[in-house]
Amino acid sequence: MEFLGYFGGVFEPISFLLLLGGTIGGLILGATPGLSPTMAVALLIPFTFHLQPAQGLILLGAAYTSTVAGGAVSAILLKIPGAPANIATSLDGNAMAKRGEGARALHLSFLASGVGGVIGVLLLIFMTPILAQWALAFSYSHLFWMAILGVTVIGSLDSKSFVKGLLSGCIGLWLSMIGFDDNLGAQRFIFVDALAGGIHIIPALIGLFAIPQVMEMFSKGRENAAIEALDVPKQSLIASIRELSRSIRSLSIGTIFGSIIGIIPGVGGQIAGLVAYDQARKFSPHKDKFGKGHPEGIIAAESANNAMVGPSLVPLLTLSIPGSPTAAVLLGGLIIHGIFPGSDLFDNHPRVAWTFINSMLIGQILMVVFGIYTATWAARIARAPVPIMAAAVMVLATFGSYSVQQSMGDVYIMLGLGVGMFFLEKFGFSAAPLVLGLILGPIAESNFTTGSLIAQAQDGPLIYFMTGPLNMFLIFLVLASIGYSFWSNMLHNRAAGKAGAGS
Amino acid sequence: MTASRLQHVVSSGVVLMVAALVAWISFTQEPADAFLFPRLIAIFFISLAGWNFVRAVTGLAKVGEGLDGPGFVNILPGLLVMIIHVFFAAKTLGFYLASTIAFLIIFTIYDPAPLSNRNAWIRRIIITALFMAVMHALFALVLKVQTPRGIWF
Repeated sequence: MEFLGYFGGVFEPISFLLLLGGTIGGLILGATPGLSPTMAVALLIPFTFHLQPAQGLILLGAAYTSTVAGGAVSAILLKIPGAPANIATSLDGNAMAKRGEGARALHLSFLASGVGGVIGVLLLIFMTPILAQWALAFSYSHLFWMAILGVTVIGSLDSKSFVKGLLSGCIGLWLSMIGFDDNLGAQRFIFVDALAGGIHIIPALIGLFAIPQVMEMFSKGRENAAIEALDVPKQSLIASIRELSRSIRSLSIGTIFGSIIGIIPGVGGQIAGLVAYDQARKFSPHKDKFGKGHPEGIIAAESANNAMVGPSLVPLLTLSIPGSPTAAVLLGGLIIHGIFPGSDLFDNHPRVAWTFINSMLIGQILMVVFGIYTATWAARIARAPVPIMAAAVMVLATFGSYSVQQSMGDVYIMLGLGVGMFFLEKFGFSAAPLVLGLILGPIAESNFTTGSLIAQAQDGPLIYFMTGPLNMFLIFLVLASIGYSFWSNMLHNRAAGKAGAGS
Repeated sequence: MTASRLQHVVSSGVVLMVAALVAWISFTQEPADAFLFPRLIAIFFISLAGWNFVRAVTGLAKVGEGLDGPGFVNILPGLLVMIIHVFFAAKTLGFYLASTIAFLIIFTIYDPAPLSNRNAWIRRIIITALFMAVMHALFALVLKVQTPRGIWF
């Protein structure tokens, strides 16, 4: 119950203001089609650079939580999911809104998100210290394999093609090695002056997540992007609370599936929402009503995608393996403050760790309150024309990248990586494993180098890195993540082949 | 060979060339100790890139929709504005002035309202000015970021 002692930190004036700002801003950004939660968190990172670590993480955590929930607003009112996590919500939510039950759908969406989110954060609170203590047993070889595991898990599971996912991870690892190597005094892969200082995480994150979205908006050209939102007649909140309390089955299914899927590294909220929706439909006596505006569909999907948020941080905060692409960006937010996940975080920075986790708990409640009362207002802002959003994100990305080290080199890197990532994404490569490679590369290399030195004094690198139960277990997990992805790719290709032959 | 397959071959080829360059530098540069980890990564990088290239040539790499002509043409003006803004204008004109111009140009290029519409121009100028005022307040006054001043601001 250590976390109870750190609740005060959340209510310090600046921290609480950041929590409020992150929640409201996140709801608006989440409700904006085309702006993903990952990009929103990446754009916020430069601001956290100027804050204390706990305050910075509070802002990022609030944005993460509320962008996921805010995506439901546009899913319900505009039939455009604000984020991939809200795809399932749009199926029933928009049908309800068209029937004039938009307010009821929004109420249920935020209430279910809140319940799922609180349970998810409670899991984070109780599971994280146990896993963090386990991480204490890790030596250099284990930490090296953990970093490699982080890249292979995300590379294998977050991409449509596991070869391209792993290749993205390799590109990220290579990018992490660019610059001057302080330990051995060598220049590595410095092709232009801007790369002499290496690639800073913040401009890289902004470029990789924001610029491809800006270019995606450009690709739509001058087509009229006016979006029609549905009117939302007022409805009783009490009635929605009563309805939620009667929908325990779909709420439980959503929360349980969201929590389990969240803890699996690399899977993410999109799958959580869809799996929970599908299971809620299977277990419902009103299967035929799903997809036609059935409240249980919204409850299952939204409780799942917010229940996923807390558990997705468990492997991140203990083992440096993010549960979702947004969690990968949060890892960057931790590392820029010199804080490393695992026992270092809980033993040396308990105030930062627990204030951040507690803020996520309070953030869930704020998200419900503000979500319910500002949803229709957020939907109006979210209808900002695409050209304004594209120009605003581009300028914000430029300022954010420059502000970190006040260096134009960082802006060049941001734009270069962003444009490159846009084209790579068009061919099936993925930003999340690339970012993981970039973030975990230095951790993998420093543990590999130190481990190699120790190994030379012992039985050699092969025995040091490849033997021992924990090494073997981690190597097994690395191979299993690749093998699973290879197998599921094969099944998918076979099914696609059969479908093609059938047609 | 279809346009899509050709695109996959070209993109896979570019990634293979980058992997080959990384491998070549890793295995030829000194001191060797500084390139130990890069060599390890380069082996996996070039193996995967080679596999990916073979899959593309044999038509197995189908993931990713590729680039479509009209979409690419739409991107070009915006991309050009971003490149000029970042690489040339920001330092010479000044960060805020260059960003204001870039914002207005991008807004105008992609705004469906006709260029001859006076009200649309007023709306664009007001939104650009408001947005840049917020950026100035945030970065110059709150975060105290010193941006390149260039010839003006």
